[in-house]
Amino acid sequence: MSKVFIALQANEDSRCIVDAIVADNPEATVNLQPAMVKIDMPGRLVIRRTSIEERLGRDFDLQEVQVHLISLSGHVDETEDELTLSWDR
Amino acid sequence: MDMNVKKKLGLKEKYALMTRSLGWETSYEPMDAVFPQTRYEGIRIHDWDKWEDPFRLTMDAYWKYQAEKERKLYAIVDAYAQNNGHLGVTDARYINALKIFLSAVPSLEYNAHRGFARLGRELPGVGPQIACQMQAIDEIRHAQTQIHSLSNYNRFYNGFHDWKHMNDRLWYLSVPKSFFEDACTCGPFEFIIAIGFSFEYVLTNLVFVPFISGAAYNGDMGAMTFGFSAQSDEARHMTLGLEVIKFMLEQDPANLPIIQAWIDKWVWRGVRLLSIVAMLMDYMLPKRIMSWKEAWEVYFEENGMALFKDLARYGIKVPDCVELIKKEKDHLSHQAWNAFYTAGKMTNFHTWLPTEEEMDWLSSKYPDTFDRLYRPRFEHYREMEKQGKRFYNTTLPMLCQVCQIPMLFTEADDPTQISYRQVTHQGDKYHFCSDHCQHIFEREPDKYVEAWLPAHQIWQGNCFAEGADPGAPDFDPLKSVLDYWHLVYGRDNLDFEGSEDQKNFAAWRAQATRN
Repeated sequence: MSKVFIALQANEDSRCIVDAIVADNPEATVNLQPAMVKIDMPGRLVIRRTSIEERLGRDFDLQEVQVHLISLSGHVDETEDELTLSWDR
Repeated sequence: MDMNVKKKLGLKEKYALMTRSLGWETSYEPMDAVFPQTRYEGIRIHDWDKWEDPFRLTMDAYWKYQAEKERKLYAIVDAYAQNNGHLGVTDARYINALKIFLSAVPSLEYNAHRGFARLGRELPGVGPQIACQMQAIDEIRHAQTQIHSLSNYNRFYNGFHDWKHMNDRLWYLSVPKSFFEDACTCGPFEFIIAIGFSFEYVLTNLVFVPFISGAAYNGDMGAMTFGFSAQSDEARHMTLGLEVIKFMLEQDPANLPIIQAWIDKWVWRGVRLLSIVAMLMDYMLPKRIMSWKEAWEVYFEENGMALFKDLARYGIKVPDCVELIKKEKDHLSHQAWNAFYTAGKMTNFHTWLPTEEEMDWLSSKYPDTFDRLYRPRFEHYREMEKQGKRFYNTTLPMLCQVCQIPMLFTEADDPTQISYRQVTHQGDKYHFCSDHCQHIFEREPDKYVEAWLPAHQIWQGNCFAEGADPGAPDFDPLKSVLDYWHLVYGRDNLDFEGSEDQKNFAAWRAQATRN
């Protein structure tokens, strides 16, 4: 199955976002590169608002991810609660 | 008293109200007359409401997040400037990569702005109108932030003091310039496939991700911040590019062959444009994260192919040029650096030979080609340098009529033979670097015969300093062309070794550590 990925700038907020992604997507591989983090995942990757909020300790609007985003692949589906990247549809 | 807690709108509801509901059917003028550019390319759209923006970003949220990005960016840019951040880079050779990047990219961003602003006006659907308007604003933001950032470097280092002037004239900068001007002079649908899909989705990762991460690795916080700030918009642009292609393919099966031809053309045009990025990554970053070939494998072969696999359901095929690209990836950066090293009298940046250690790295990354084909060449140049005979090309190269890159690429299966194609059109000969550039020309010869090719223009006498007399006995054509480009011989060009940049950097860095 094709992989999807998301790449984020390495900073304080994204540290929690990455932790949340890893917790919700156990098969994800985290690839640390200078100033950025790339997360690869076979097929489908889900980012959950509540998982990020637990780690950040504050309310989080999923669209805030845009501030830290570097790149992604796959089809995007976004609701208030989840941002999903996938090649299956 | 009843207190009605106002329910917050859901994302989908908010998107529907704040985008779709903003559109209307015109009544004073027929819709066809209001949107006159959507028919001549042959694309058939039956229902613009089928457009889905997956990010569901509305203007209010857009401004909020963009403002946040700008605050972060300028905080870092200011800190970088106040702290003489430029002195923290690994090695002053690195600055030369920035000279290329910042001489070429701001005008690409600006042209992307123009293109998307036009689309925001010309596409009839309100979903794409808003997405394109946002992208138009993003792109002008990128141009502005890059120009602001440029001023933090060009006050210290030579060669990019007049980037806009050079962008319109300097030979190698015609490659990116003509790429975007080609796109901007297409119809709106071809533009969005060219830039939104082929360039943004398939190729920009290669410009902004490994190279900008490489800038960070080399201590350049300034380039890292404008690069990643731009790239944070890019993810949305990529999603738009993917949405565009799905939408157009789903609207009518007759769109498929038109779109396929555009993808074939623009993936190739983009790949040729990236030759210079290949060279930046392999030769110009003193510390390297990954080779061009490795970046290519991750972002094109893995990620790009996943995309084409997904689009196969519509009948989209992987572009033919991919076969050639696969063979070229072992050669590209070496051939490009060779071309610039030998053209070092005509550049706005400095060139150098890779050190022994760098050559060992290159041979470990390119085991099939580097030691066999390219190391001997660099060693030969080093020998010539030692003898005081640094090799410079003294003639102008033949340029490809389409990509405008000098004929520096070799045949796919014979790296000792320059790839060279020619076509006669209405009695004139035109030259191409590859079958793919030739085919692009043959589809639209009337467009590409208009190309402004710097080498040809110099030969025709159109690129000399104002008032110069090419017939005068002491006329120095190279000097005069450099004047025309606003470059100073010996200061802006030639070797890094012995350059003013090298001396200044060493002196300033020394000052930073002692009184």
